[in-house]
Amino acid sequence: MSTLDDKINEINRLAIQITKDNDDDRLMNLSIGPQHPGSGHFRIVIKVDGDYIVYADPDIGYVHRGEEKMSEHRNFIQNIPHLERPVIHDSTNIIYSYSLAIEELIGINPPRRGQFVRAIAAELDRLVYTTYWLAIYGIFLGHSTMFMWPTGDRELIIDLLERMTGHRVTHAFSVPGGVRNDIPYNFKEKCLTQINYFEKRLKEYEDIFYNNPLLRQRTEGVGIMNKEDAIKLGVTGSVLRASGVPYDIRKVEPYDVYDEIDFKVQYMKSCDTFARAYVPYLDMKESCHIIRQLLDKMPDEGSVREKIVGNVKAQPGETYRRVESGRGALGYYIISDGSTKPYRLKISTGSFRNILALPFLLVGSKLGDMPAIYWALNYWPIEADR
Amino acid sequence: MLKDLVNPTNVNIYVSKLSDVLIKAVEEPLGYAINWGRIYSLWPVHLETGCCSVEFGAASSPRYDVERFGMLEAFGSLRQCDLIVVLGTVTRKMAPRLRMVYDQMPEPKYVIAMGACAITGGLYLDSYNVLPGADSVVPVDVYVPGCPPRPETLIQGCFLLQEKIKRSKIK
Amino acid sequence: MENKDNSFGQLIDTSKDLDNKITSNIIKSAIQNFNQKIQLVYEKPNRSKIFVNNESLVEVALFLRNTYGLDHVESMSGTDFPAENEIEINYHLGSYINQDLHPYILNLATRVDRENAKSNSLINIFPSVEYFERETYEMLGVYFVGHPRNEPFLLPEDWADLPPLRKDFKLKGR
Ligand code: SF4
Repeated sequence: MSTLDDKINEINRLAIQITKDNDDDRLMNLSIGPQHPGSGHFRIVIKVDGDYIVYADPDIGYVHRGEEKMSEHRNFIQNIPHLERPVIHDSTNIIYSYSLAIEELIGINPPRRGQFVRAIAAELDRLVYTTYWLAIYGIFLGHSTMFMWPTGDRELIIDLLERMTGHRVTHAFSVPGGVRNDIPYNFKEKCLTQINYFEKRLKEYEDIFYNNPLLRQRTEGVGIMNKEDAIKLGVTGSVLRASGVPYDIRKVEPYDVYDEIDFKVQYMKSCDTFARAYVPYLDMKESCHIIRQLLDKMPDEGSVREKIVGNVKAQPGETYRRVESGRGALGYYIISDGSTKPYRLKISTGSFRNILALPFLLVGSKLGDMPAIYWALNYWPIEADR
Repeated sequence: MLKDLVNPTNVNIYVSKLSDVLIKAVEEPLGYAINWGRIYSLWPVHLETGCCSVEFGAASSPRYDVERFGMLEAFGSLRQCDLIVVLGTVTRKMAPRLRMVYDQMPEPKYVIAMGACAITGGLYLDSYNVLPGADSVVPVDVYVPGCPPRPETLIQGCFLLQEKIKRSKIK
Repeated sequence: MENKDNSFGQLIDTSKDLDNKITSNIIKSAIQNFNQKIQLVYEKPNRSKIFVNNESLVEVALFLRNTYGLDHVESMSGTDFPAENEIEINYHLGSYINQDLHPYILNLATRVDRENAKSNSLINIFPSVEYFERETYEMLGVYFVGHPRNEPFLLPEDWADLPPLRKDFKLKGR
């Protein structure tokens, strides 16, 4: 366990030293963000020695809005709109695990058709999220076609979701007990056409982006995080799977109807930035596959929602439920004291866990590799800040 | 008669009147030309403060394409920008940075507050870390409501700002 | 220490037959190894919660990691209980190495005093806990002994109020 621990100690030692005295002439301090094309709501303080990064310290919390405190003052249904705001383009998934947790606390089970509709919405949202992520990755690497194509194709899936839920990105569709409303007339055919088209486009993405020699040069062999380190750092989602651990919550702990779906967990063993950028793409392909099966197996008749009263009381107790979101495991830890509001609600998000890997990947790599490494961590700043 | 009119005190008045007339004649077309240049090259700063940035990204996607209305993509340097779109929540940690970015931009500069959060605090009205609106930090020209506003709404906000610039006097 | 958790978790008998043998084995052996220091709070399918004294937190965590391969922290949180004048800290441990434990999450709970909130850091056992502990430090004011950086993380640098997740921190208008 030497190298990683050494690195951790070194980084922390430097952090303490740097806050104490700041006059090492050799090293240059750089503070990147929060105003920076691409960086978003995120700042990172790095020290470079020539071209090499010797120290990196992410400074997050620019969008910390106190969701956990706020949710203690709202009842279980009122909590839905603000809890989906951390990832508005993956809103069904972030509410999915909340719904599962509340269902467990209240003791209800959504009807079977509701489970299917919810899973379809979640998979569509995963596509919406990942295409947005891919678009920004294109911008990061100066590949504007890769911004235009995914953002354009994304709109088609957003159209589907809009037909289904009524809003472009913030759906508040999944609720404890099922989904808010049934799917519209003719949805199945529309969805199938769209998915077929999208799969065709995915092939083109591969040709123009992933097979691009420039992209390969910038990402292959850069920012290696091997299996042991990934496990120790506790990263999740595509970052973990790119390091060769086939761990997907949909598979290891199937929720709702995922145990009836046949799909493969996509993972790669090359452990580098390219793998981290490629695994979400493979996930998108798998998602298309899953959606088709879900549409096929969905019962045609039946209700989609188990109605609960607005001011529902939960049983005293606690629960920890998680789903696989676009960025990895997304868990809710909810303690209830038997009243209508949660006593304590904790969101454990994939971004917050993955950002821990950033200093370890950056230290020792070149400054020019920073954008490629950073965004391949599948990081969404607001979700980490909550 | 003429001699009465042209004496040293009056000449001064005439000259100043003349310059007024001249300025009147030139200012309007000149100002129009300058404003015309400004309204079709609004260059926003890339400063994301909240989750509305997703819809801002969608607004420059091929379907909505704000660029055709004169709002460029947000990938330039701060010193070339003249528009700052406050994309949602302004937290206490972000507020000093927002002001710092605003202060560094050259004149003239405009501010669009996008989303309920940037207008009043929105959903996060009672949160401990969110300011009630961006207008306590920077002067706002146009408010774009919604949570998040649809890209069309942002485009409409862009039109409103252009209207405002068109009518404003150049300095 | 007597179990103070009665109101917040249903106590389930360990002797009851469980669908997952391994998880009950973990708890049994842990309780055998550290008798009296560990209490079982509940056991549900794939989830269980044990309560340890703060002094023995580190050794229990080390034992769980080395014996069963619970190698990372899924989540970590703290909860304020002003009535009992205590703060509860929960580590949700999961495993990537051990295939059988993939769906399983063990909630390792401990409690510290509210006025002088100090706990031992698990950073040397689980590196993944680093940011979670920093977050808990600023949100609940629990000082982690052994953690290199007990500093503000998410909150503004000049935060001078109470830690916001304490129950006596009141939101405006609520
Ligand atoms: S207005 Fe809505 S979408 Fe925009 S930042 Fe606020 S919460 Fe997010």
